[in-house]
Formats: sequence, structure tokens, C-alpha cells
Amino acid sequence: MNPIETVEYVAELARLKFTEDEISQFANQFQNILSYIQTIEELDLEGIEPLTHISQAENVFREDVVQPSLPLEDVLRNAPKRNESFFKVPKVL
Amino acid sequence: MKNDYEAVVGLEVHIQLLTNTKAFCSCTTKFGTSPNMNTCPVCLGHPGALPTLNKSVVDYAITLGLATGCEIRPFSIFSRKNYFYPDLPKGYQISQYEDPICYDGALEIELAEGQKRIGITRIHIEEDAGKSIHDVDIDTLVDLNRSGVALLEIVSEPDIRSAQEAYQYLMQIRQIVMYLGICDGNLEEGSLRCDANISVRKRGTEKFGTRTEVKNLNSFRNVERAIEYEINRQIELIESGGTIVQHTMLWDATVHETKVMRTKEKAHDYRYFPEPDLVGVSVSEEWMQQIRQRLPELPLARKQRFIEQFGLPKYDAGILVDEQSLGDYFESVVSKLSGKTEESYKLVSNWLMTEVMRILSERKIPASEFELPAEFIAELVDLLVTNTISSKIAKEIFPQLLTSNKSPIELVKEQGLAQISDEKLIESLVKDILSQNSENVEKYKAGKSNLFGFFVSQVLKQTEGKANPKIVTEILNRELNNN
Repeated sequence: MNPIETVEYVAELARLKFTEDEISQFANQFQNILSYIQTIEELDLEGIEPLTHISQAENVFREDVVQPSLPLEDVLRNAPKRNESFFKVPKVL
Repeated sequence: MKNDYEAVVGLEVHIQLLTNTKAFCSCTTKFGTSPNMNTCPVCLGHPGALPTLNKSVVDYAITLGLATGCEIRPFSIFSRKNYFYPDLPKGYQISQYEDPICYDGALEIELAEGQKRIGITRIHIEEDAGKSIHDVDIDTLVDLNRSGVALLEIVSEPDIRSAQEAYQYLMQIRQIVMYLGICDGNLEEGSLRCDANISVRKRGTEKFGTRTEVKNLNSFRNVERAIEYEINRQIELIESGGTIVQHTMLWDATVHETKVMRTKEKAHDYRYFPEPDLVGVSVSEEWMQQIRQRLPELPLARKQRFIEQFGLPKYDAGILVDEQSLGDYFESVVSKLSGKTEESYKLVSNWLMTEVMRILSERKIPASEFELPAEFIAELVDLLVTNTISSKIAKEIFPQLLTSNKSPIELVKEQGLAQISDEKLIESLVKDILSQNSENVEKYKAGKSNLFGFFVSQVLKQTEGKANPKIVTEILNRELNNN
């Protein structure tokens, strides 16, 4: 995939539409970011585990105890459309 | 299936966990009367809301992992699986990707030809999506009560070779998770969901054929039928010169066919990446040890033990262990028997499989909610084995045990139901009957041997069914044939 195709592919996955100008602008920016990241490949990372989190914390748990949910009116407050207490969205099937 | 082909099937089973709260928020998992009642900013996917992992979810994952002989990963993380669908409000599902918490296990299934081992590739934690309803409104309606409920996904190795094996594997998973108390096992209500990856190949070849994935297998019968159908469809297609296309198929239970699901042209690209809002889970040896100590005996092991320890037929053992609390009830009755013999054990099994199970299914309750004390069944069986009562009388007093709150011994005493086994008494009864029926005795001696049954029934009639039939027969034999 060339840089333009990559941008178009990622945009499609994210359901975003861009003009041709925007796409070529993003393609340049993507290129810059990727080549910056590529400098990491110059390092010798033999035997080093991938770092997924900066924090050293682990096992942050919650006990399995029920707390009140949100009142239904609050749940649906921002819904553009509703039917009774359902969210209503454009037909997907 | 055509004999020169074999099927290669792997199953992905999702089980909904019986936790009180969802995986990453404290909303209840009980389904409310109204849609969207049990939701909060976390499971509604509101921006800025942060998930916190439910400890029980990890506990249950380790439990199932250990029960199926899996390795438990000392450290694992969560990932985001990105896709758009209205019932996935965040736009991603929190799941585990490269490093599932459990991996490399197996379970045994039972087949006519013996046990077979089915490998388990991995078990990982993830959250459920909400529910989309397409047929009530002109638009799609969304209920997010299920959004964020904890699931475990169990992925099998492609070790399954037929629809029958797939069925047995699923049954075994269901029994195990119910025994572990981590899932209610209800396939129809979606607590257990199953997708199948299916391919066929010529027998003797190593290479896997192109596979299809079949979804929507929402009952045990459907699992078997759909897999059978898809295997045959693939074989017929290959035989007629066609090629299998890697599709996702949907099982249509109304017409009993698999159909190609409308799929996008581009392959799914879920762009998994580590979930930054959740820290990793580390499982210590102590934690595993605690869980190991709590593991119950699993259904298949229990079945084997019932066969060996109590001398039960395979069939009985299978039925008794199928539902955990029925097996518990059986063991409880057996522990209270005065006479611990295989004859008694088999009688207990018979009573449970007939009278008790009939009542349980009528009332739709598990054995754990059955009020009849185990002692009563034990006493009833003891009375039968010692010939104190006949099986006819036992059947008669059984319903009274449920209504009177009296023990079998009390009922037998009260109503004078004890079987008459006194030989002197029976002998005198037999002599009376024979002298009253001298004409028939002559006929019997002249060769009309079927009159024997008539004499037995006369003696039993005289005692209102309480005379021990075995002793009556013995004495009659002696009186009629030796004199």
C-alpha cells in the first residue's frame, strides 16, 4: 500500500471522508510519523518485552458488588432518537 | 458423510459469566424489565468513562482454565478490538488478543468408541455487546443492558471430526461450566453461544481444506444439524468440481440451511491494540492454588466414580451426574443407607431416575430445591432391600412422603403395610388356600401348571398384597410339588 492508499484505507475503517487535498496532506504527515517511529528499529531490542503500559501498576480490581446504574432518563438524555426506552438508530440489517 | 472425506471442525464457544456485575463497571447483570435500565457511563461508552476490572471475572477465567488443564499466563493484558456496530457504543470491544489468560488445555468427550481428547487452544476474557432489535421498529432499536457483561471465549483445536463430536464437546463444556458455577449453561437464552469453523479434506491428507465459519448456532440440535449440513454442502461442492470460498455462513434454523452472510469485500481489520485504560493482570501461584482447592469433581470424573464406587450402569451414572445437584442428592441418599450394597445403590438410582426426576421436571426445579429429605429415600430403599415392604407398597407410600412429612418407617407402622415374611404364617395361609381350592390342586397336579400363578395371587389377595411374593412362591412350590 502506498501512503495515499494507507490513508484511504484507515479513513474507510474509521468511516471518515476526506478531500483529495486532505488525503495527500495526511499521507505526508503519516510518512513523517512512520519514519520517526522507524528510528526505533535501529535499536537492538533483543530480549526486551514490548512495553504496553507506562504505569507499573497491575491487578487493579473492583469487587463484584452491584452499584446503582444511571437513571433511565439520564441514559437516554443524549439520544437523538428513542423508542420507549430503546435507543433508536438507522436500520443496520 | 461420504466415506472418503473427513471433516475438520473447531468450535469457538462464548460463555456468559454468572458474575453479579459487568466486566468493567458495577451495573447489575440481571436483566431488567426495561431496556437500558442497567447501564452507566462505562457500558454506554461515554467519553472519559474509565473501566475497572471485576475481580471475579479473572477468578472464573482461571477456574475454567485449571478445570480444562490449561496453562495460566502469569501476566496478561487487555486489547481493543475495533469495529463499528450500533450495539457496541465505544466503537471497540475490550478483549484479549495475543496473550490470552489461559492456553493449551484439553477436555475429554465421550463417544460410542470411547473417550476422545479435544484440545483447547485458548480461553480469553472479553465483554459482551448490547442487543440490536431489527424487527420491532422501522429503524434498529438498541438495548445496552447486556453491553459490558463478562464473557469467556473458549477456542478449541481443530480436533473435532464430526457433527456428533461437536455436539458432545459442547455438552461437555456446558456441564463443566455449570459444575464450576461460572455460567448457567442456557443455550437458548444465549448464556452459551457457539460458532463453528468447518472444512473437509480427503481422508489421509494432512492439509486442511478451505474453511467456512458458521454462526448463529443457538441450540444443541442446531449445532449438530448446521455442522452436518455444512460438511455435506462442502463435500458436494468439491465433488461437483467447485471450490470452497472462505465465507462466514449463518445457520437458518427455520429452513435448516447455512447461508452466506452478507460480508464486506475487505477482510475484517480489527486493528487490535493494547487497552490503555486497564492495567495488566498478574496471576500468582497462590491465587491459582486457592482456586485449585475449590475446584469441584468434574462431571466425567464423577460419572466414572459412580460406575466404579456404586457399581451403577453407565446409563444411570450419566443421568445422575448430568445435573450437579441430582448427583449430590444421590450421594446424600447413599450416605444415609443402612445397607450399603450395590443392590441398594441401584435401587436408589432407580427411584431418583423415575419418581424423583418426574417430580423435578413437573415442578421445573433442580434437585437442590427438592424438599424430600434424603433420609426418606434411603429408608424406603432399606425397607425394600430387607423385604419389609414390597415394591408395590413402596410406590404407594412415596406420594405420602411428600405430603405427610412422615418417614417411610412411620407410614409403614401406622398403616400396617409391612410385608409379611413370617414363614409359619405364610405356610398356614398357603395351606388354607390349597384346601379351599382342592379341585384346582388336582388339575394342577394333572399338569395344568399355569394354575400356579392363581394360587400365588390368592395368597397375596388374602394379605392385601403384603405377603412376600418370593416366600409365597417358595412355600407353594414345596407344598404342591413335593407332596
